[in-house]
Amino acid sequence: MDNNGCLPCTRREGFPAGLRVLVVDDDPTWLKILEKMLKKCSYQVTTCCLATEALKKLRERKDAFDIVISDVNMPDMNGFKLLEHVGLEMDLPVIMMSVDGETSRVMKGVQHGACDYLLKPIRMKELRNIWQHVLRKRIHEGREFESLEGFDFEGIHHLMRNGQDQCCDDVSLFALEDCISSTRKRKDADNKHDEREFGDSSSTKKARVVWSVDLHQKFVQAVNQIGFDKVGPKKILDLMNVPWLTRENVASHLQKYRLYLSRLQKQRDQKKCSSSGIKNPDLNPKDPGSSSIKNSMNKQQNVVSIDGFRCPNNGLVQLHESDFTVSELNKTEQRRALATNNIIPDPNMTKVSQIVLNQTFSPLNSEGNIEVFDCTIPTQYTWNQVPKRKLQDDPKSQSIASMVSSPSAASSIASSAVDNIIPVQSKSLMVNDQSSVTSNPGLKTQEFDASLIPELEFYQQNLLWGGEAAFSPLEEDLNFFLLQSECYNDMNFGMHNIDTSDYYYDPGLIADVPNHLLYDSADYSVVDQSLFIA
Amino acid sequence: MDKVRLQREAAFIRSSLLDQGYLDEQFIQLEELQDNDNPNFVEEVVTLFYTDSARLIYNIDQALLSNPTDFTKLDDYMHQFKGSCSSIGAKKVKNECNGFGEYCEAQNYDGCFRTFQQIKQEYINLKKKLETYFQPSYDHIYAYYLISPYDLMR
Repeated sequence: MDNNGCLPCTRREGFPAGLRVLVVDDDPTWLKILEKMLKKCSYQVTTCCLATEALKKLRERKDAFDIVISDVNMPDMNGFKLLEHVGLEMDLPVIMMSVDGETSRVMKGVQHGACDYLLKPIRMKELRNIWQHVLRKRIHEGREFESLEGFDFEGIHHLMRNGQDQCCDDVSLFALEDCISSTRKRKDADNKHDEREFGDSSSTKKARVVWSVDLHQKFVQAVNQIGFDKVGPKKILDLMNVPWLTRENVASHLQKYRLYLSRLQKQRDQKKCSSSGIKNPDLNPKDPGSSSIKNSMNKQQNVVSIDGFRCPNNGLVQLHESDFTVSELNKTEQRRALATNNIIPDPNMTKVSQIVLNQTFSPLNSEGNIEVFDCTIPTQYTWNQVPKRKLQDDPKSQSIASMVSSPSAASSIASSAVDNIIPVQSKSLMVNDQSSVTSNPGLKTQEFDASLIPELEFYQQNLLWGGEAAFSPLEEDLNFFLLQSECYNDMNFGMHNIDTSDYYYDPGLIADVPNHLLYDSADYSVVDQSLFIA
Repeated sequence: MDKVRLQREAAFIRSSLLDQGYLDEQFIQLEELQDNDNPNFVEEVVTLFYTDSARLIYNIDQALLSNPTDFTKLDDYMHQFKGSCSSIGAKKVKNECNGFGEYCEAQNYDGCFRTFQQIKQEYINLKKKLETYFQPSYDHIYAYYLISPYDLMR
């Protein structure tokens, strides 16, 4: 028998015979009964009386089983915990069992990601149908893979906004359908092929998450609740309280979200700020500013990996890695630029410091005018303006709506996000400002930032990271903002460059800056950097 | 002759167990699982049940003896025991467990203690009856009738 898990056409008649089931139950009587029952269904059964042992077996060979059936009450490990582990690590369908059929427990099981919840005593016919869960999951995975790539933010947000008042279900369904139909088209082409590869693909694919409208809504709510300045995958994850979701899922989704936001913002800004001779997206490599920015993006990328968040190919967001090549080129430029601008070409400084330094340029204008920035980034002015306008606009609840394809949405979001951040950030910014060496343009930047806190915060945390890297006016602003946050990051990382440290490093200041900024940004730096490179 | 008679007696015992609510459909399920591959499947399962549940009963007894009473633990053990009972379809025993659970929740030690004695009684009753069923012998049948002559008449 070949891989029983897959659904190859050749074994179609046989399926679901040979389904490889792992049964976990501390009760030996039930273990024996289930084994017999499953064998009668022509399934291939492996039994385990300990959850830890079961996990070990699963980890030994990730594709050794098609489905896991587990009891809820086990001495060594809570069944729900096992459920989570299996769902996250192996992405196998898990069926929970218990003699307790209380709704709350069942709900808990489903929330933790259980495919089904069986009540003891279990009937044979219930076990006969478990293959449906396997099949369903396989098909789902196939779709997830594609839908992730093409997550329809606009569409979903639009729908979410429209459906927010009522009939959210319909909206969600519609959105999902939308999502799925678009992926289905792509899938149709490989339909036959896919079926054959179900087994293989399921074992090779990482756990995929389908970001349904509801899930995304939760995500956005969590992000808004946390505040864009503090947002990070872990916090979002905790707030969302979706047990089966991993930090990586959230992180990658966050990247995409930021990309989306920055894209929106860019659109918005491009409409509004026609002035401010913003650089063209194609940065002149010789331009210190641009190069630094690009470099910073590169660095960000590096930083990201440091964080351990392997962005490059988590499979969800495909950044334009090639975009970074320019940055490589610019590195030398960057160093020069840095030197000129007192920017420390410290690789560790990566993104932020680079960006900040490059961006700082003119003396910090506490007014927060764009003039503070280098003339290379006149856009900043506009950029700051734009968000400000929207600052007071939408309440958090509208952030979702604002995520709708309209660029204004972005600023709305920004504003709402900013609103949350302002207090915190201003403080830190100001502090930085004061502490920074005045002569250092980078520092100036910080001062500048202080005034631009709202926008900065928002964009720093969100748009910038995920924003487009192109050197449009918006981007420059973004970059600037990036620098800002980067600054903090760098500070936290520890300035290797003496110059920098003179300017930036201030433990006291840093303390104000939430550390998670560092780690968070690191998470999506890789992806984000690509954004900077148009 | 004797053998046939014994078999008939065993069948009778089985029916009465089902009729009187000692066992439920789960037991029938077990019987349906029995086949040529496992000709003694039901007996094996029941044996396994009584072996394993003895451990659970011991745990509960100990928990009832400990001071102060840990009702959470008691509830946990009882939950396990109940799950086990459901495996062979020990209906009456399982029903008694529900009462125990309620007392546990109310943190009523006396209630728990008394109910548990009843549970143990039912548990032993069923065991004896099942022994008779699986190993019908005159002794067993005699014992069966002795234990519950009243049941027989019902």
